[in-house]
Amino acid sequence: MNTDMSTAMIRVKLPAHLRKLAQVDGEVELHVEGEATQCSVLDALEARYPTLRGTMRDHGTGRRRAFVRFFACEQDLSHDPPDAPLPDPVVRGVEPFLVVGAMAGG
Amino acid sequence: MSGVRVLVGTRKGAFVLTSDGKRERWDVSGPHFAGWEIYHVAGSPAEPNRLYASQSSGWFGQLIQRSDDGGTTWQPVGNEFTYDGVPGTHQWYDGTPHPWEFARVWHLEPSLSDPDTVYAGVEDAALFRSGDGGQQWEELRGLREHGSGPHWQPGAGGMCLHTILQDPRDPGRLHVAISAAGVFRTDDAGKTWRPVNRGLQSEGIPDADAEVGHCVHNLARHPSRPDVLFMQKHWDVMRSDDGGESWHDIGGNLPTDFGFPIDVHAHEPDTVYVVPIKSDSEHFPLDGQLRVYRSRTGGNEWEPLTNGLPQSDCYVNVLRDAMAVDSLDSCGVYFGTTGGQVYASADAGDSWAPIVRDLPAVLSVEVQTLT
Repeated sequence: MNTDMSTAMIRVKLPAHLRKLAQVDGEVELHVEGEATQCSVLDALEARYPTLRGTMRDHGTGRRRAFVRFFACEQDLSHDPPDAPLPDPVVRGVEPFLVVGAMAGG
Repeated sequence: MSGVRVLVGTRKGAFVLTSDGKRERWDVSGPHFAGWEIYHVAGSPAEPNRLYASQSSGWFGQLIQRSDDGGTTWQPVGNEFTYDGVPGTHQWYDGTPHPWEFARVWHLEPSLSDPDTVYAGVEDAALFRSGDGGQQWEELRGLREHGSGPHWQPGAGGMCLHTILQDPRDPGRLHVAISAAGVFRTDDAGKTWRPVNRGLQSEGIPDADAEVGHCVHNLARHPSRPDVLFMQKHWDVMRSDDGGESWHDIGGNLPTDFGFPIDVHAHEPDTVYVVPIKSDSEHFPLDGQLRVYRSRTGGNEWEPLTNGLPQSDCYVNVLRDAMAVDSLDSCGVYFGTTGGQVYASADAGDSWAPIVRDLPAVLSVEVQTLT
């Protein structure tokens, strides 16, 4: 268990289009204050890379875009409440939080 | 040395094609924003190196990109397009109410005088404006809320505001076109609007000459004669001589009056170009022959332009924003196809040659004349 819950180091894997938009290679490492949730991780991600605002969730409502999904630890977290705690391996930095473009098309 | 820069939006990125005034040899740059749909790229008439691009994806939504060096480098700017107030409903395809939902920016229209002011026509139909180079966007809500909005319905491509015309005499006057609602005009810089569709007749709506509901595909005008407007409607090529107050049919001898783009020669206000398409159910040229039609009489009398264009087995389409003209002494005409070709004519349409043949499907073509 992560004994220091005030700050977590979260590894985030972005899809290729968003990596290019954010001008990053490979994974992004984010220090997330407080409890690590989908919402707090995305807040931190958008704060560091403002160009990603609106690409994963709607500006106004904060809702996940329909063709974006969130995976971690071989689970689909897309429909979890945005404020639900992320799995412990993600919080400990053992597993990444995956932002995925939904499989669609050929 | 004069030259031209052709801005091409495609299903999978943007391309910038440049040439000197002869328009014989071309440099091709791109793809910019590879893999994204680029509905439109437009340059500022006031500062030609200022470009704006609409970048979108069904997965990751809408972005606006801006270049300050003629398309060499780009920076994402603001992408928050929020309808002002509660947007309500429009008609869905079956006539039932459907909530207004932002999908994408179809068309960007930089101001004639200020590089930092740019209009955006969006789906679901609305008009936005930025006064700070695209960082912040504000809806001109008077259009959507002028009263007929609940009766607007989507065309096959979505309910999009795709055409924005600025009046060179009066910055307060704009015409916009919406598919499928029609043409709307403001005389007070977007505060109030009214439909200007008298004379249009459309199948597919209960009242063929209704005030709104017409599937207007594109509008064009010559800057020297701002009150003369040309329209390619779903079916019908139309003309107004009074700023849109009334319209009359100028299809004349066209082999079909269905089509998408329409444009006007840079130096001859009565020379008009269209690309006839077989029908609304068969979106390709008649008989597999890609032909631009030109009228030198402001409509009614049309001649086919075929020299250099494929005259057999051609089944591409030319979309509404995919035709443009330059303003060099010998007016250049350009269009892109859904087959990925961009054709250019340096002699006002008499002869054509492809600049590129194998781009992704072309969504839009704009041209800047550089001096």
